[in-house]
Amino acid sequence: MNTSTLNPWILTLTTFLPAFGALLISFLPRRDRDIRWFALAISVITLLVSLHLPAHYREVAPTNSGSFAYEQNLRWITSPNIHYHVGIDGISLWLVVLTTFLVPFCVLASWKSIHERVKEFFILLLILETAMIGVFIALDLFLFYFFWEATLIPMALIIGIFGHQRRVYAAVKFFLYTMIASVFMLAAIIWLYAQSGTFDFVELQHLLATGAIALPGRAALWLFLGFFVAFAVKVPLFPLHTWLPDAHVEAPTAGSVLLAGVLLKMGTYGLLRFNIGLFPAEAHKNAPWIITLAIIGIVYGALVALVQPNMKKLIAYSSVSHLGFVVLGIYSFTRAGMDGAVYQMLNHGISTGALFLLLGVIYDRRHTYEIKEYGGLATPMPVYATLFLLITLSSIGLPLMNGFVGEFLILSGAFQAKAIYGIIAATGVIWSAFYMLWLYQRTFYGAVTVPVNATLPDANLRERSILWPLAIVALIMGIFPSLWMNSIDASVAGILGAQQAASSAPTLQVKVNTVLK
Amino acid sequence: MPPTAADYVRILPEIVLSVWGMIVMFVEPILPAGRSRKGLGIFSAFGALAAIAATFYQAQPQFAGFGFNHMLHVDHFSIFFHLVVLLVALATILMSLDYLPFQKIDHGEYYALILLGAVGMCLMSSAVELVLIFIALEISSISSYILAGFRRHAAESAESSMKYFLLGSFATAFFLYGVALLYGATGSTNVFDIAATLGNASRIEPLAYVAVALIFTGLGFKVACAPFHIWTPDVYEGAPSPVVAFMSTAPKAAAFAVLIRLVIDTASPHWFWVIWTAAVLSMCVGNLGAILQSNVKRMLAYSSIAHAGYLMVAFASASNRELGISAAMFYSAAYAAMNVGAFAVITQMAGSGERFSQIDDYSGLGKRSPMLAAALTFFLLSLIGIPITGGFFAKFYVFSAALRTHLIWLTIIGVANSGMGSYYYLRLIVRMYMFEPRTDAPAPRVQLGVGLAIAISLIATLWLGVLPNVVLHYTQGAPTILAAH
Repeated sequence: MNTSTLNPWILTLTTFLPAFGALLISFLPRRDRDIRWFALAISVITLLVSLHLPAHYREVAPTNSGSFAYEQNLRWITSPNIHYHVGIDGISLWLVVLTTFLVPFCVLASWKSIHERVKEFFILLLILETAMIGVFIALDLFLFYFFWEATLIPMALIIGIFGHQRRVYAAVKFFLYTMIASVFMLAAIIWLYAQSGTFDFVELQHLLATGAIALPGRAALWLFLGFFVAFAVKVPLFPLHTWLPDAHVEAPTAGSVLLAGVLLKMGTYGLLRFNIGLFPAEAHKNAPWIITLAIIGIVYGALVALVQPNMKKLIAYSSVSHLGFVVLGIYSFTRAGMDGAVYQMLNHGISTGALFLLLGVIYDRRHTYEIKEYGGLATPMPVYATLFLLITLSSIGLPLMNGFVGEFLILSGAFQAKAIYGIIAATGVIWSAFYMLWLYQRTFYGAVTVPVNATLPDANLRERSILWPLAIVALIMGIFPSLWMNSIDASVAGILGAQQAASSAPTLQVKVNTVLK
Repeated sequence: MPPTAADYVRILPEIVLSVWGMIVMFVEPILPAGRSRKGLGIFSAFGALAAIAATFYQAQPQFAGFGFNHMLHVDHFSIFFHLVVLLVALATILMSLDYLPFQKIDHGEYYALILLGAVGMCLMSSAVELVLIFIALEISSISSYILAGFRRHAAESAESSMKYFLLGSFATAFFLYGVALLYGATGSTNVFDIAATLGNASRIEPLAYVAVALIFTGLGFKVACAPFHIWTPDVYEGAPSPVVAFMSTAPKAAAFAVLIRLVIDTASPHWFWVIWTAAVLSMCVGNLGAILQSNVKRMLAYSSIAHAGYLMVAFASASNRELGISAAMFYSAAYAAMNVGAFAVITQMAGSGERFSQIDDYSGLGKRSPMLAAALTFFLLSLIGIPITGGFFAKFYVFSAALRTHLIWLTIIGVANSGMGSYYYLRLIVRMYMFEPRTDAPAPRVQLGVGLAIAISLIATLWLGVLPNVVLHYTQGAPTILAAH
């Protein structure tokens, strides 16, 4: 088949395939085994279909900023003027693939650990996948909000039904935090529509950049904040992060993986695409305090992670720290920083996703996340220990692993923006090595401390087939970042270019050049 | 001028409903006492379907316009509300088919009352003559009073009916008084003439202010908006569940139609601040009240007050007629779909004597009967306003109308309320899925009738949420045909 005929429909196909699968599952009889295989098949097919996107991206890559690849723009609702407008650039491309890549592993990870209400679980998981992909491809603000809110329910239900002891509390907290924050974004979206008569991101960006939309008084600031608060809760940016540890700890493994791997990226993606895309001048003006919050998040998240007695909570707080890096990179407004931020989003998806999957493996065996319950695991579980080490190294950013590339770029961007940002943020790297390696030492090295652990079976075939691919991808991303970076960099340059044209602030690039000289 | 054939077409749905209702009334005493009345119910369901067909027939362009010497006016607006009322009546009849015998109140006049009540509600949406509006309002109200007390051996049902009747009559009296004063102030009983008089007058009679206040009091009671909402929780708690599904949606939609024609469309003096205040009060009182409830029916009663508030937000933005009125129409339809659906599930859950209506009784419903729980979840999500449901789009449309008419504070209050509102709906969802099932509460098999009612509401809610274009387009055509402007 000629692939170019597929191009306008490929995003729609990728997005709605999982939802279609969920619909089919709802008609299947309650035979858990069949449902698991079916869900796996659907998620793998979705992954394969989505690989069309990077495979042909070069042919359709947008040439100038403000245009998108694989675009499709259909009229959905006439009045109000809402379009089904989807498309991707080098940034959302990889986030879509990250999503479709992680879901099959989530299905596999839930193979044994979800044994009640299996049908409901996989229906929710697949609906969640559709909503997550939708968030990354939507170019109409209404459509974006539609998908954004649609992620909320399946995730809250996955936490609340299939989670651990305090699941209800965690689910309700997660729901209310994100729901209330995103209502402000809705108000901002509607207000923009009331002023301009369009929800289209590309049009709005153009209208705002040329000043065709009159923003009276401090309206621009309020709109910026309306979007910002919704994204900041999702990221989560300090001090709006308190829902995250609860949600992570209580969620089942697949829920944690998607929460950390994809849902948090929706926040940073939103910051990059919509906050900076629509209100560049406001973003510049507000960058100092946002960066400050990000840096507090980096250090605070790391320090709190250090003292956690619960492994899953430790990883959850490490997410706060890592996502702080991403926000820092975005708001450094340097090419290196933004490149690194996008790359770090992918890294964090892979490595933290893998860490939660790893924790799922021992949780299935021992039903606890307490660090003191483990010790000397390397003896009974050598393969598992090796994989855990690889992912740990990826998470702390050892050179040759993916984390290094992202953190290095972000920090160099931060130094370009202001040396002090880089200096403080860099301590986060040290802290992360500290808490992760200490965790590794306490759980894997030495003699077996708890007798039950001596007979734990090592990772089985299913578990290995989940963990090896992630470890290998982490390694490839560390050695050949250019495979990803070329398309990311082109899009970041586009955003930054539009930025500097629109921003009244003195161009940072000029400063950077003088500093470098 | 004698009525023409076209005049009769303009009240064709009402004629169909009346005839059907009277047949049911005549057959009822003939049937032997112990015999099931299910057949009559099914017959009545076909009556509602026939009325829907009549409405579609009436919707042809040649029948648009005045009928019976300017007594009523057939337009997009009236046809829209006809369809809402009739679909609600249909769903109510369907969900009652097995409910009535189960509660041992299997009497044929129940169905007749629903059909005849629907006559009043349909007429309310097309009447443009004050006297006719009043008569239609009475037809609709009286059947609701009786229906509320239909579980006649249950004390709380009698209490519900009595409260509804006493307060309702009081409110109707206010309305009538207002109508009389409006006639005094403008010299006409026709909505179109009143609109013209009020629009052209250089100085508005003080009497008109009083009239509007009184009319608003009467209608405010019918739509259960604060501060005229006190009756709602008690009446909803005691009345049979299918009846609550009916009276929380159909008469409300009809009363909103009257409100639009009589208060907003005539550009009554000072309507704006009256509506604004009622909107804010209803949203706050409704949502705060609902949080405190432990009975599902009471909770939904308060939620219906809150939703009346959101609808009032749409009214307040009717200074841009296209937007405000069409948003209000869309919201009534979406609210009818989701609320009827929610009450259909509650009807199914009620158990004999409606014992199982506490939030506790819904614990673990997700395990006991997954389909029912999934349906109720969908309706509750729609009431919260989560995407892919009609409730989401309706709320979105209302708030966008409000912002486009620069009602920034009203929007902020509304948005904050809708965030707050999500809490109590969520609590019920949490109960259903995240608590252990109760062993004593039964989960009876879903019968065909209730199943159909749930399916109709589900499809309507989903359709309004995903492909709202058709309905939106229709509602946007409506305001241009309303009274002379």
